[in-house]
Amino acid sequence: MNTRATHTDSLESADRRSFVRGVGVLTGVIALGSPLAGLLPGRAWAVQLRVLSSADAAALLAMIRTIAPHDTLDDAAYALVVVAVDGDAAGSTEARAGLKAGIASLRDGFALMPEGARVEQLRRIESGTFFQSVRIKTLLVLYNNPIAWSHFGFEGESFSKGGYLLRGFNDLKWLPDVPLADSGPMPTA
Amino acid sequence: MPRFELNDTDVVVIVGSGAGGGTMANELTRRGLKVVMFEAGKRQSLATFSQNPGEAFAQLTWLEPRTQSGSWDPVKTSPTLPAWHCRTVGGTTVHWTGATPRLQPYEIRARSVYGDIPGASLADWPIDYDELKRWYQVAEKRLGVTRRNGNPGMPASNNFKVMYAGARRLGYKRVHTNYLAINSRARDDRAFCIQQGFCVQGCKTGAKWSTLYTEIPRAEASGRLDLRSECFVTRIEHDEAGRATGVVYRDAAGQEQRQRARIVCVAGNAIETARLLLLSESGRFKHGLANGSDQVGRNYCHHVLSFVFGIFDQPVSFWRGAVLAGVVEDENIQDPRRGFAGGYHLELAMLDLPTLPLIGLPYGWGRDFASVVDNYRNMAGMLVNGEDLPRADNRITLSSTRKDGYGLPVAHIHCDPHPNDLAMRAHATGQGRKIYEAVGAKRTVVSPMPPATHQMGTARMSHDPGQGVTNAYGRTHEVPNLFISDGSVQTTAGAANPTLTIVALALRQADHIGREAAAGRL
Repeated sequence: MNTRATHTDSLESADRRSFVRGVGVLTGVIALGSPLAGLLPGRAWAVQLRVLSSADAAALLAMIRTIAPHDTLDDAAYALVVVAVDGDAAGSTEARAGLKAGIASLRDGFALMPEGARVEQLRRIESGTFFQSVRIKTLLVLYNNPIAWSHFGFEGESFSKGGYLLRGFNDLKWLPDVPLADSGPMPTA
Repeated sequence: MPRFELNDTDVVVIVGSGAGGGTMANELTRRGLKVVMFEAGKRQSLATFSQNPGEAFAQLTWLEPRTQSGSWDPVKTSPTLPAWHCRTVGGTTVHWTGATPRLQPYEIRARSVYGDIPGASLADWPIDYDELKRWYQVAEKRLGVTRRNGNPGMPASNNFKVMYAGARRLGYKRVHTNYLAINSRARDDRAFCIQQGFCVQGCKTGAKWSTLYTEIPRAEASGRLDLRSECFVTRIEHDEAGRATGVVYRDAAGQEQRQRARIVCVAGNAIETARLLLLSESGRFKHGLANGSDQVGRNYCHHVLSFVFGIFDQPVSFWRGAVLAGVVEDENIQDPRRGFAGGYHLELAMLDLPTLPLIGLPYGWGRDFASVVDNYRNMAGMLVNGEDLPRADNRITLSSTRKDGYGLPVAHIHCDPHPNDLAMRAHATGQGRKIYEAVGAKRTVVSPMPPATHQMGTARMSHDPGQGVTNAYGRTHEVPNLFISDGSVQTTAGAANPTLTIVALALRQADHIGREAAAGRL
């Protein structure tokens, strides 16, 4: 988790900027050697938030990481969930109030607590609307973007590459092949 | 494409353009009848289908709200989407996975074979198996089903290699790449399957049969189909004699229109079909059209569904390839020694990454949840598809709390699984786990019931007008020129994915309507 320390440092400096602007910025640095390095123009990234302060965003990001802890998945993927939650809050006063109250209900320093303490806190609010709405948003957003696909191995769109017929739909070698009678031949044009 | 007059009393109106409606449109226009077909959704094409799962979901899915109650899983696990079907031209044949097993002879005699099971409203189908089988054969030729009529089976994918090896080690005998309405070689002016792994998002090569690019264009070519997409039917009207006279609908601009008809066929998918009949209540039909028996909406079946995943030390890459290209058929039998009535299929299945954590995993968060997704590369998957028992109180009603954009009550789904369903689920998921453990799975994961993709039984066929809504031809007992042309008519669910049965019954119904119309009786 070499992104974590860098990320937290940059959030602290971002927090001073947001004191002037009133809203936060979420920033991070892609880990060296991450597959993302090839997808983005540089290693540093930043997203402007519409409702959340930088400190709130850091707490929310820590909450999302606790809900779906994938240690080597870059913060940039988690930031997409923060941006989505922030966007929903910008579009509705009700959602904004719920989100602010929800984040306020997390104890001070939540983002910097050890994972066990964060889990314990979240268990206490698990059945509430705030936790469930963040959980659902996490499921909807965290796994539906190229950062996650590259991380977990899902290869995404295949039509433009001719599907997987000649690209490994049957390349598994650690079990025997299926007899032709129970399967079928490769199609030919 | 013709545009028939709103006051043309000679047209057949079809509501819905999926497996039932699209097939009816082709069959009736071939017989010289004029058809107006309504579809609530938009028309897409191979070019507009998206392989971004989130985009495709928004493009194709019936997203109008539903309310729900009962003890079935979707109340907790899928509160906003209890059922997952389509709202687009071609209906759910755009999103289906092409599995086309037949119902077995014992399944259409469920009441006689299983006996009187308390808490279930079982009935026998009012149709002989030989008759059904004859129409299955016609349907299988039409759809080009693999492993039938000389069509080769699909080649084995990675995911199937795992299922096959495990199932054979367990002693299962009938294990193969499934009966699929997907071209294993080019035929019917459509390409062969190139194993894209995006059956559910709309097949971009058209290798998978869908009415969108088979039955519907053929009906259009006849010059006798007027397809009105983005038009939502809100009511079926009738005259003083109790015959259907046409439908009221909202056009694409939201304006209310009225189309006259000589015959009305409803194929809106079993939830919306029941809702439309209930919305069509009148002074004469106080509890909904054709609902004197109080059976409309009742006996809602959705199959015993559950994913089973195996996690291995080595890669499977199960997202590559046709989704349901594999099946274990051995458990599709009646054998009460297993502790339940009816049977099930174990079908190959996979979920793309954004969908897996949404509908494929038990509720959870934290390390345990995340560790399953971490193994995405090394997962194999299957779907239990078993017969659920009809229950009178598992039913579609009109919601008392929620209205749609036109101010009409949305469908409410109430579902309490029968103990037989739960016993079957436990057995089937146990066998699924054993299949993966037999080939070295280090962990297996069982999902709750995902959103229902198979809707059946809400206007069931019956000999006795008090026990169902339609006769053996899907013709309603009470309204002589009103037909139900989708899975609603299934008297019981059986363990077969419903599309082949829907098509077979639609082909048979169209033949019946053609004969009756030609003889001047309709």
